[in-house]
Amino acid sequence: GRRFLISEIHFILLFSRQGKLRLQKWYTTLPDKEKKKIVREIVQIILARHQKTSSFVDWKDLKLVYKRYASLYFCCAIEDQDNELLTLEVVHRYVELLDRYFGNVCELDIIFNFEKAYFILDEFIIGGEVQDTSKRSAVKAIEDSDMLQETVEEYMNKPAF
Amino acid sequence: MPAPIRLRELIRTIRTARTQAEEREMIQKECAAIRSSFREEDNTYRCRNVAKLLYMHMLGYPAHFGQLECLKLIASQKFTDKRIGYLGAMLLLDERQDVHLLMTNCIKNDLNHSTQYVQGLALCTLGCMGSSEMCRDLAGEVEKLLKTSNSYLRKKAALCAVHVIRKVPELMEMFLPATKNLLNEKNHGVLHTSVVLLTEMCERSPDMLAHFRKVSLVPQLVRILKNLIMSGYSPEHDVSGISDPFLQVRILRLLRILGRNDDDSSEAMNDILAQVATNTETSKNVGNAILYETVLTIMDIKSESGLRVLAINILGRFLLNNDKNIRYVALTSLLKTVQTDHNAVQRHRSTIVDCLKDLDVSIKRRAMELSFALVNGNNVRGMMKELLYFLDSCEPEFKADCASGIFLAAEKYAPSKRWHIDTIMRVLTTAGSYVRDDAVPNLIQLITNSVEMHAYTVQRLYKAILGDYSQQPLVQVASWCIGEYGDLLVSGQCEEEEPIQVTEDEVLDILESILISNMSASVTRGYALTAIMKLSTRFTCTVNRIKKVVSIYGSSIDVELQQRAVEYNALFKKYDHMRPALLERMPVMEKVTTNGPTEIVQTNGETEPAVLETKPPPSGLQPGSQANDLLDLLGGSDITPVIPTVPTSKPASAGGELLDLLGDLNLTGSPVPAPAPQISQPPFLLDGLPSQPLFNDIAAGIPSITAYNKNGLKIDFTFERSNTNPSVTVITIQASNSTELDMTDFVFQAAVPKTFQLQLLSPSSSVIPAFNSGTITQVIKVLNPQKQQLRMRIKLTYNHKGSAMQDLAEVNNFPPQSWQ
Repeated sequence: GRRFLISEIHFILLFSRQGKLRLQKWYTTLPDKEKKKIVREIVQIILARHQKTSSFVDWKDLKLVYKRYASLYFCCAIEDQDNELLTLEVVHRYVELLDRYFGNVCELDIIFNFEKAYFILDEFIIGGEVQDTSKRSAVKAIEDSDMLQETVEEYMNKPAF
Repeated sequence: MPAPIRLRELIRTIRTARTQAEEREMIQKECAAIRSSFREEDNTYRCRNVAKLLYMHMLGYPAHFGQLECLKLIASQKFTDKRIGYLGAMLLLDERQDVHLLMTNCIKNDLNHSTQYVQGLALCTLGCMGSSEMCRDLAGEVEKLLKTSNSYLRKKAALCAVHVIRKVPELMEMFLPATKNLLNEKNHGVLHTSVVLLTEMCERSPDMLAHFRKVSLVPQLVRILKNLIMSGYSPEHDVSGISDPFLQVRILRLLRILGRNDDDSSEAMNDILAQVATNTETSKNVGNAILYETVLTIMDIKSESGLRVLAINILGRFLLNNDKNIRYVALTSLLKTVQTDHNAVQRHRSTIVDCLKDLDVSIKRRAMELSFALVNGNNVRGMMKELLYFLDSCEPEFKADCASGIFLAAEKYAPSKRWHIDTIMRVLTTAGSYVRDDAVPNLIQLITNSVEMHAYTVQRLYKAILGDYSQQPLVQVASWCIGEYGDLLVSGQCEEEEPIQVTEDEVLDILESILISNMSASVTRGYALTAIMKLSTRFTCTVNRIKKVVSIYGSSIDVELQQRAVEYNALFKKYDHMRPALLERMPVMEKVTTNGPTEIVQTNGETEPAVLETKPPPSGLQPGSQANDLLDLLGGSDITPVIPTVPTSKPASAGGELLDLLGDLNLTGSPVPAPAPQISQPPFLLDGLPSQPLFNDIAAGIPSITAYNKNGLKIDFTFERSNTNPSVTVITIQASNSTELDMTDFVFQAAVPKTFQLQLLSPSSSVIPAFNSGTITQVIKVLNPQKQQLRMRIKLTYNHKGSAMQDLAEVNNFPPQSWQ
C-alpha cells in the first residue's frame, strides 16, 4: 500500500524560461535555505529537458510533473505513486482558471498580479489537494472577494482593529 | 512622509534593473523604507508594504521582519488587509517560526466570521500550514464547519480536516460523525473533498476502513461514479467530454483502498470498473488519466482474472500510444504488475523492448527494468541481444545497472556455457569500466566452474585486452584467467574457435604492461602480479623472466604489490618445493548462496533466534553484533571485532586478492557474514569432514578441566583432537547444578582471541536440573592454526531462584595437550 502522505502535491513552482521564479507554493514545511536549493535544482533539471521527453521526472522520492505554457513552466511535485496523468490535468485546470480570471493570461499578468495568482491557486488547492472541480466557482469566489476589498475611501475610514 | 510606492510601481521599477547589483540596491532601499514604515506602526500602508515585501521575498530576498506585520494584517478588520495578511502568513509564518502560534486566535475568530470569504481564508491557511498545536486547538472549529450546509465552507473544512489528521492522527475519530452525510451532497467540490477525507481516514486506520466497508460506502461510491458517467454534459465540470475527471479518479482511488484484500468490496465494484475500463474515451489525456487509475485499482483489489487481463491490455495499448506520458505510466504500472501477472505482461514484450530506444531517460529506465523482469528461459537469447545492444548505446547512468542485470539474467537462464561466457565477454568489452566491483569475483567463479570453456575464455579475454587494457573489471578478470589458464593459452589448443598463436613472452608482455600502466588501479596491479607468479608453474621457458619481474616489485612503492612480490620472492628462494602445489589450478568452487557460507560463528548455536533477540544489537545486523559483544568480553588489543558484511558480497573463496598463498583461504582478514546459525551445514573451514564428529580418540591422553565452578554451577571441559586436522580441538562442556533449584534459560557463550576461530553447536537443553541430577552438554570446536595457547572467556546467563543471573569468567587452565 501507500505510505502516509504529507500531501498529495508537495509543492508547485512557476518559473520563466530564464529560470526566474514567478510563484512558489509549498505544502510541506522546509527551511528557507532548503527551499531555495530545491528550486535551483529543479529549475535546472527542467530547463535542461529535451523537447521530446515525457512530462515526468523522477526526483528524489518524488515525481515532478511539468508543462510549459507559453513562457511559463508549471511544475508540480507529487508522491511517487500518484497519478501523473491526472496531475497534468490539475496543472491545466489551474492555467484555465488563471485564463478565465485574467482573460488571455500571459506571464506579465502573473508577474504584476502575483498575489492574485496565489489567491486563485488557494481557491483551487488546499493542503496539496484539489478543493473544487468546477471551472467557474473558483474564479467567482475570487471575483466576489475582489468586490469585498475596500475602496480607498472605505479603507481609510474603517478602523484598523 | 510621502506615501510608500505602490506594489505594481515597485515591480515595474525593479524589472528595469539591468544587473543583479542594481536590483539589490533597489531592494535594499525599498526594504529600508518599509522597515521605517513598520516602525511607525502605520496602519494605512501596512498592507501595501507587506505585499511589496512578499514580492521581494519571491525574488529571494529576506523578509522575516515582516512576520509580525502579517499577524497585524490578519487581525485587522479590513478584508483587504486580511487577504494579504493570510497570504503573507502562508509564505512567511510556517510552523518553524516562533510567532506561528500567535496566529491561532485570529484564525479562530475568523473561522467564525460572518463573511464566508474570511472564513475561507482562515480555513485555507489552517489547512495549508497549520502546526500540530494549532490543529489541536482548532480542530473543534473545523469539525463544526464540516457540518455546515454552506458548501463553499464545507469543502474547505473537509480538506482542513485532512490536514489536521495528517498532523495529529489521534484526532481522526472526532471527524467520523460528520462524514455520515458528506456524500449526500450534490456539490462536486464537497463530494471531491469528502472523498479525499474518507481516503485519508481509510488509509490511516484499519478500524476506519472496516467501519466504512460496513456502512456500505462501496455501493454509495459506485452509485456516484455511475451517475457521473451516465449523466449528461455538465459544462461546469466537463473536461473534453468527460464529466468531472478529478472526482472520478478520487473515487476510483478510494474504491481501491476499500477493495484491497476484501472479496466482498471487490465484487461490489467489479461491474463499474469494467464499465469505466471499456467506455472511457481515450483520445485525450484526461480519459487516459481515468483509465490509468482504473487499471491501478483493478490490479490492487481482488479482481477476477478477466478484469485483470482487461487492465493489462489497457496498459499494452498505452504502450503503443504516441503520447510519451502515456507510455511512461504504462511502463511504470507494468513494472508493478510483472511479478503477479507475468504471462499477461509477457505478451507485450516486444513493445516494451522497443521502448528501450526511446529518447526519454525515464522511459528507457523503466523499459530496461521491465525487460529484465521479463527474461525467461524461452526468450533469453532474443532478449539478451536487445539488452546488449541497449548496453552499447545507452547513457552512462544506465550502464552499471544494465551490466549487473545482464549478468544476473545470464546466470539464471544461460542456454549454454559457451553462450554464457560470450555474453559475459560482450559486457566486459562493451561496458567494462561500468561493471560493478563485486561482479569480478562472481565472474571468476563462473569461469572457473565452466571447465570445458577455459581455453576459449582465456583466449577471448586475452584478445580483448590486447588492444586496450583500460577497463579495470575486464582487465582484472582477464589477468586472473591468464594467470590461471596461461598454459592453455600458449598451447594453441582451442575447441570453440580458431586458436591463436601466442608465446609465453607475449603473454608476459601484456601482464607487465598492465603492471606498469598508469591506467591500472592498485587492485588490478595485484591481479596482474599474482597472475605472473602463477604462470611460473605453467610456463616452461620464461621462469627466469618471471623471477626477475617479481623481484623488481619487491621494492615497489605500492605496499600491497611490495608485500606480494616479497612473498613470491620468498617462494622462489626458500620454498620452491612448495611452489607448484601452492600455485596449482583452482578447484571448482562451491556455489555460494546469497547468505554466504556458514562460517565459524561466534554465537551459542541455538537455532531459535529468540536468544539472539535478547541481546540488543548495536548494529542492524544481529549475528555480527553478537560476535562484537562476545569479543568485547575479551577486551585487550589482540582482539578485533568481526565486522559483519552484507551477505550478498563476494563469495569468500573467489577472487585473486583472496588467494592468500600463505594461509588457509578462510583465515584471511576478509570478514564474512554470520547468518542465523544452521547446524546442519558443516562450516566451510571444516569442509571435507562429516558433520558428525569423527574424531578418533587420540584424545585418550588429554585431561579434562573444570572451567568454572561458582554458586553451585559447575562447568567441565573434556577434549578431543582431530586426526585429520591437527588445528582443531573439540571441547565438550558439561554444566551441572548442585543447588536445590533448577537453573533455567541457561545460555553459554564463549569468545576466543583473534587468531582462533570458534564454533558452538547446539546445547542439549537450556535447563540444568537441581541436585546434580542431570547436565547440559554442548560441543565447542576451536580452530587454532597457529598453535597458540588456548584462552577463552565465557559468559553464562541463566535464571535461578526467580532472578536473572549472569557471570563472566576466563578459562586459562587448558592443558597443553589440548592445543599444542
